[in-house]
Amino acid sequence: MAGLHAAERSSLLLRRTSWYRSALEIKGPRFMVKIKFIEHSGQEHDVETNPGASVMIAAVSNGVPGIDADCGGACSCATCHVYVDQEWLEKTGEINPTEEAMLSLSTDRKDNSRLSCQIQVTEDLDGLVVTMPEFQF
Amino acid sequence: MTDASADQSKWSMVGKDPWTMPIEKIDLSHPGIWQANEFLPFMERLRLEDPVHYCAESAVGPYWSITKYKDIMQVDTSPEIFSSEPTIGIVDTYDEYTLPSFISMDPPKHDEQRRIAQPVVAPANLKRLEHLIRQRVCNILDELPLETEFDWVKEVSIELTTQMLATLFDFPFESRHKLTFWSDAATAIPGAGVVASNEERWAAMEECLQVFTGLWNERVNAEPGNDLVSMLAHGEATQNMSPMEYLGNIILLIVGGNDTTRNSISGGVMALNENPAEYDKLRADRSIIPNMVSEIIRWQTPLAYMRRTALVDTELGGKQIKAGDKVVMWYASGNQDSEVIDRADEFLIDRDKARQHLSFGFGLHRCMGNRLAEMQLRILWEEIMQRFDMVEVVGQPERVYSSFVKGYTHLPVKLHGLN
Repeated sequence: MAGLHAAERSSLLLRRTSWYRSALEIKGPRFMVKIKFIEHSGQEHDVETNPGASVMIAAVSNGVPGIDADCGGACSCATCHVYVDQEWLEKTGEINPTEEAMLSLSTDRKDNSRLSCQIQVTEDLDGLVVTMPEFQF
Repeated sequence: MTDASADQSKWSMVGKDPWTMPIEKIDLSHPGIWQANEFLPFMERLRLEDPVHYCAESAVGPYWSITKYKDIMQVDTSPEIFSSEPTIGIVDTYDEYTLPSFISMDPPKHDEQRRIAQPVVAPANLKRLEHLIRQRVCNILDELPLETEFDWVKEVSIELTTQMLATLFDFPFESRHKLTFWSDAATAIPGAGVVASNEERWAAMEECLQVFTGLWNERVNAEPGNDLVSMLAHGEATQNMSPMEYLGNIILLIVGGNDTTRNSISGGVMALNENPAEYDKLRADRSIIPNMVSEIIRWQTPLAYMRRTALVDTELGGKQIKAGDKVVMWYASGNQDSEVIDRADEFLIDRDKARQHLSFGFGLHRCMGNRLAEMQLRILWEEIMQRFDMVEVVGQPERVYSSFVKGYTHLPVKLHGLN
């Protein structure tokens, strides 16, 4: 499964929302992970998503505003920036050097900053809460 | 007969048949086909038949052309293989004419210097500037004549971007046209109009340094401000820059904020005139403007390429690239790649995923001023639609003689008011 998703991620570049959705659906019913996205304004969005895709895909495929994801998930634009709720930070995994490099150029970087395209949704993340910065840049 | 068809250089591709000429002879680097607006089919053939293409002989020496979206992404996001040093231009530089700036640096120095300049164009700072930008846009538009031919490039595209630069640098407003001249001189090909020689270009750069040194001295002794000069003068990683480094970064910011947005302002007018159904969509629904802005930036691709230099032997698209080879990412081609962008050869202001284009580049060197550019274009089109039913192109446009800066030197238009 991990291999499939890695391949999927790399080909994800630039497919459309509808494609994301169908890619998630064809795997059939399984455990759904709940994620809460909170906009800078405080507006909350609760989404359910299959494990395997990224948190960015979960947002984009569910029409959550505030995540641009200009590069389509290639960790190369920093426009899917989120702040991970402290209690979830460890479970979202390590920041790889590429993500660190992109984040380090962000003017809104905080110690709980992540690029949501680099957080893979797992069953352990059920209940995850992330907040969006005021601007994606 | 355009200037371009008079391009007599032996390297010019103008007038050649892109589909029957020997593919290894295709040379996208020569400015002729860009000025003549004939580049599209050459790029299309390369994408179809030889997407990672080696041009062994050209006026600028041998180089690789990368023409497909995904290959460009790969090069742009692999700075450890494809370096931005010593230059991001296709012409190799000579020490005496080289200006160091972070666009042509690799990490970690690039990151340190960019971090200093970035906040001035960050959305939080732009929000403070939005009102002023809108006011200046309105002033420019309100001065324009109705039903009378004039040059859109001069009166709007250049004027607006120059005013923006003066604002960002807190540059003396009445001398702002110097910024335009320095920007044009910095990227000009000697002998092609702006400057006659490299020496003349260098004289312009020295004048620029002199003026900006004055601003630096004034601001380094004052409280830190929100303008770029003050940020550089007070920033830890930049306050001890050598004069050449300071000049390099100033020129980078002037060129980055000038040519690019200027040509997207002109290019948007052209695209809407060439696609009247899209203009109708815009008239029917102005909420489409932010999406249209991204599509204009894709369609125009105001910088046609960025160059990298291979640091190690590597493979790309089945081709062996050697350490030291010049590698040119043709953003203008990747943005037309229908394998990634749906109906890429059409200008569609309401297209899905309009933000996913290559014009800003990707990775560490992604355009720093992208949000400023989008904001300027958005405000401009909001205010145009408040005033005019149509900005009508009424004559032949003239294009820049460059394979790097993709844009217009002249665009005759007439404005029609709202009924």
